[in-house]
Amino acid sequence: MSQDLTELGVAAIRDGVAKGDFTAVEVAEAFNANVAAAQDALNAFIVATPEKAVDAAKAIDAKRAKGEALGKMGGVPIGMKDLFATQGVQTTAASHILEGFTPEYESTVSQKLWDAGAGMLGKLNLDQFAMGSSNETSYFGNVVSPWKRNDGGNASLAPGGSSGGSSAAVAARLCPAATGTDTGGSIRQPAAFTGITGIKPTYGRCSRWGVVAFASSLDQAGPMARDTRDCAIMLEAMAGFDPKDATSLDMPVPEWEANLSADMKGKRVGIPREYRMDGMDEDVLKSWDDGIAWLKEAGAEIVDISLPHTKYALPAYYIIAPAEASSNLARYDGVRYGLRDLPDGANLQDMYAATRAAGFGAEVKRRILIGTYVLSAGFYDAYYTQAQKVRTLISIDFKNAFESCDVILAPTAPSAAFGLGENVDDPLKMYLNDVFAVPASLAGLPAMSVPAGLNREGLPLGLQVIGKAFDEQGVLNAGLALEQRAGFTAKPDKWW
Amino acid sequence: MSVDTATVAKIASLARIKLGDQELEAMVPELNGILSWVEQLGEVDVTGVEPMTAVIPNTLRLRDDVIDADPLTGGNRRDAVLANAPAAEHGFFGVPKVIE
Repeated sequence: MSQDLTELGVAAIRDGVAKGDFTAVEVAEAFNANVAAAQDALNAFIVATPEKAVDAAKAIDAKRAKGEALGKMGGVPIGMKDLFATQGVQTTAASHILEGFTPEYESTVSQKLWDAGAGMLGKLNLDQFAMGSSNETSYFGNVVSPWKRNDGGNASLAPGGSSGGSSAAVAARLCPAATGTDTGGSIRQPAAFTGITGIKPTYGRCSRWGVVAFASSLDQAGPMARDTRDCAIMLEAMAGFDPKDATSLDMPVPEWEANLSADMKGKRVGIPREYRMDGMDEDVLKSWDDGIAWLKEAGAEIVDISLPHTKYALPAYYIIAPAEASSNLARYDGVRYGLRDLPDGANLQDMYAATRAAGFGAEVKRRILIGTYVLSAGFYDAYYTQAQKVRTLISIDFKNAFESCDVILAPTAPSAAFGLGENVDDPLKMYLNDVFAVPASLAGLPAMSVPAGLNREGLPLGLQVIGKAFDEQGVLNAGLALEQRAGFTAKPDKWW
Repeated sequence: MSVDTATVAKIASLARIKLGDQELEAMVPELNGILSWVEQLGEVDVTGVEPMTAVIPNTLRLRDDVIDADPLTGGNRRDAVLANAPAAEHGFFGVPKVIE
C-alpha cells in the first residue's frame, strides 16, 4: 500500500472508507500494528483489543457493501481511556483496586461511539482514577511521551495527564483519535503537551454513566484528536442526553462539524489579564501573543477582560475535587468488585482498610485523606463551603467577562511538557500545571486546546479557547481559526 | 490549621485506609503543605455568596414509575451484579463474619 493510513485523521478515514479508497479493515490493521509496535516504549495502552478493532471494521465494510449508512465515525478505530466501562474488557482506571474488573455493561459514551461506527483499538493508560497531570500515578506504569527535547538528550517526557495514554497515542499515530475525560484539565493539558487537539464540552453534554467517577460535579468526557474538525466529529458522536445521568443536558446535539467556520468577523476575543502571571515562561507568552495576532487576522476584535478570582480557582479545586473523590471512592470496599485484601483474622473494618491500603496509589490516598478532612465535622464550613462559595464567584467572573466577549483565549498550560520524575516529589508543583485549565472546569464551561507551535526546546505548546456554556461551536470555530494560522504540522520523530 | 500525626491517623481511619507508620509520618507534611496552600481561600470575601450547587442549571427529573423501565439498570440482574465480586457465594456478596 502506498499510503500510510495511520497518518490520516478521523474525517479522512471516515471519508476514505465511505468512498472506497481503502477498507475499514485495512485502517484497523494499520493502527493495530502501530499499537503493538509502540507498546514497550510508550506504554500508552493498558489493554490492546486488536480483534475488537478488526471486528468493528469488518462490520463497517459489510455495511458499505450493502450500501448502508456507515455512521459519523464509520470505520474509524479509536483508543478508549480506561476510565470508561467497556463490557467484557477490563476497566481499571489505572488502579490496582480495579485490576481485573470486567464490566457487565458499556458506558453511554463508548456505546455511542460504537453505534456511530467506531471500533476499539484498546484501553488507554491514564493517571490513577484520573488524579494526576503527568500519567505518573498509573498502577500500570508511566506513559512516555513520543516527543523529545531537541537538546540531543534522551530524557523521557510526560505526556500530560490524566489522559496521558490518549495524548501519547494520538500524537504517536497509534490511533487517529481517543476519548479523554477532563476534571481539571485532563483533556487540555495532555493535548497541549503532545501537540494535539482536545475539547472538554459544557458540563453535562457527555453522559457520565459508566465513567469511573472522580469528582462528579467536574468530570466531563471529550474527544482528543489531531485537529479541530476531527474533534467536532467525535464530540457529535459522544454527546447527547442520557436519562441515566442526573446531570445530563437534555438538549439536542448541534451539528458542530457542519457549522465549523474560521471566520471570526464580529467576534470578540477576551484576554484575561489575571492569566498573565509573574515569571511566566517566555515561550508560552509568545505563543499567546501569536494566538492573539492570529485571531485578529481572522477578523476578531480583541478585548481586555478581568477574571478577578483566578488565583483562587486552583485552591478551590483542590478542596472540591478531593472532597468529591473521597466520597466517590468510598465504593471500593473489597466487597462488590475489585481487589479484596483479607488479612488473617481480619474483621470487616480491617478488610476495608487493608483493601484500600493495598489498592490505592499514593496520590489517590493523599486526595482521599484531604477530601475526608475537609468534609469532616468542624472543618466542613471553613474548607468545603468556602470553596463552593469561591466556585460561585469564579462562575460569576466568567458570566461578567462574557458580557464583553464571545470566547476567551489563554495558554493551556504554564509550560511545555516536563520530564518524567521532575515534579513527582512536590504535589503542589504538580497541581500548578492546571492553573489555566481549572477555572473553566469549575464553571462547567466548554474549553479546548489547540497546538500553537513549538517552544525553543522543540516541544509543543497549546492555546486554550474557553467559551460560554453550550457554545462549543464558538470554541471550535476559534480553535479552527487558530489552527489554520498556526499551521502546526510538527510531529515527534519516531524513536520507538 | 495544621494536622498532626494523630489527626492524620484519625482521618485515615475515617477513610478506611490503613497507613503504616512511615506512610503516616510522610503524609503529615504533605497534607499540611496542601492545607496551608488552600487556606488562602479564607481571604476571599464571600459575604452574601451562595455556595455552588449546580454548575450548569438543570432540573432534577423523575423517571416513570415503572419496574425495569430500563432493563440494564432495573432488577433481576443478580448474576451480573455479582460477576465481579471477589467472594460471591450462594447469590450473595461474601464478607468476613460480622456477628460473633
